[in-house]
Amino acid sequence: MVSLWKIFWIFAKIGAFTIGGGIPMIVAIKKELVERKWLNDEDFVDIITLAQTAPGLFAVNIAILTGHRLRGTKGSVTATVASCLPPFLIILLVAMFFTSFKDNEYVIKAFKGIRPVVVALIGIPMIDMLKATKMRWWSWIIVISSMLLVCFLSVSPIYILICVIVMAAFVSWYNNRKEAEK
Amino acid sequence: MIFVELFLTFFLIGMFTIGGGYAMLSLIQNEVVSVHGWITDAMFTDIVAISQMTPGPIGINSATYIGYEVLSQQGASEFMCVLGSFTATFAVVLPSFIIVLMLCKVYEKWKDHYLFKGIMSGLKPATLGLIGTAALSLATPENFIDWKSFVICILAFIALYFKKVGPFGIIGLGALVGLLVY
Repeated sequence: MVSLWKIFWIFAKIGAFTIGGGIPMIVAIKKELVERKWLNDEDFVDIITLAQTAPGLFAVNIAILTGHRLRGTKGSVTATVASCLPPFLIILLVAMFFTSFKDNEYVIKAFKGIRPVVVALIGIPMIDMLKATKMRWWSWIIVISSMLLVCFLSVSPIYILICVIVMAAFVSWYNNRKEAEK
Repeated sequence: MIFVELFLTFFLIGMFTIGGGYAMLSLIQNEVVSVHGWITDAMFTDIVAISQMTPGPIGINSATYIGYEVLSQQGASEFMCVLGSFTATFAVVLPSFIIVLMLCKVYEKWKDHYLFKGIMSGLKPATLGLIGTAALSLATPENFIDWKSFVICILAFIALYFKKVGPFGIIGLGALVGLLVY
């Protein structure tokens, strides 16, 4: 059985060195867990799929699921805390440090250049996902109308997600019934 | 009380984070900037930039940072700021922790159910829309101060799209350009 300390150590390491979100983390986890034979390939694919389906952050979901597979709920808690701890501590340091430098002339100038870059940085994953998703006519309606509603009418994204869940459930229920009648 | 509000806000954000950290950004922005007015759009953008440069999932990083900043804006002591960080981070992880553990148990049985599949196919484009929203709603006058900002954004977009630079590199370049032109 894998010890909780080992789980903690590995996920802390993964949390501390993952820059750029979930995808690089998949590579790190595969290396640490599958190559040590703690997980087999099938477990690994299941965990990735479930982590993407469930709400929450991909990286954290992977920690929750892997911890669960290895040591049940205890393992889950350990892996989750371990993967959140390094980023938490690093950000705390940055926040303390940055507050005292925020009004520095050069810092202000640098951030004037950084802000437009951030907008581009967020735009890119959307393009990548658009390419990876099979888009139908109604997918475009959902994409565009959710953008318009949030940006221009300040509707909370939460309401949009609830509406989409209810509508999608209804449509698939209806389609299923129609097929059953045939 | 501010801690209760922080907890509830980030709990809600964590619960409705579907599609990962980037989709979460529009939720965070809506709640933290628009609804509560805890921080400004420019500050939010800076936090996103810093979250992207530091290791760890962007959702954890920004929750930690915003928790700190909300308290700091109100003139709280360093210790209270750290407590704010902890509250926001804990609250953002908690819902997915509960939901993922429950999903673990029913996923095998449900993953091929037509309702589940239908809901997922509706949520995918909604997630895309929310990521687009995060990018669009950061294109504010605060972040785009003049024509140079637009040029920086477009150049960054092109560089990222053709995978010439990573997220870390592009933020560094943005800072450099900001120092040179402003």
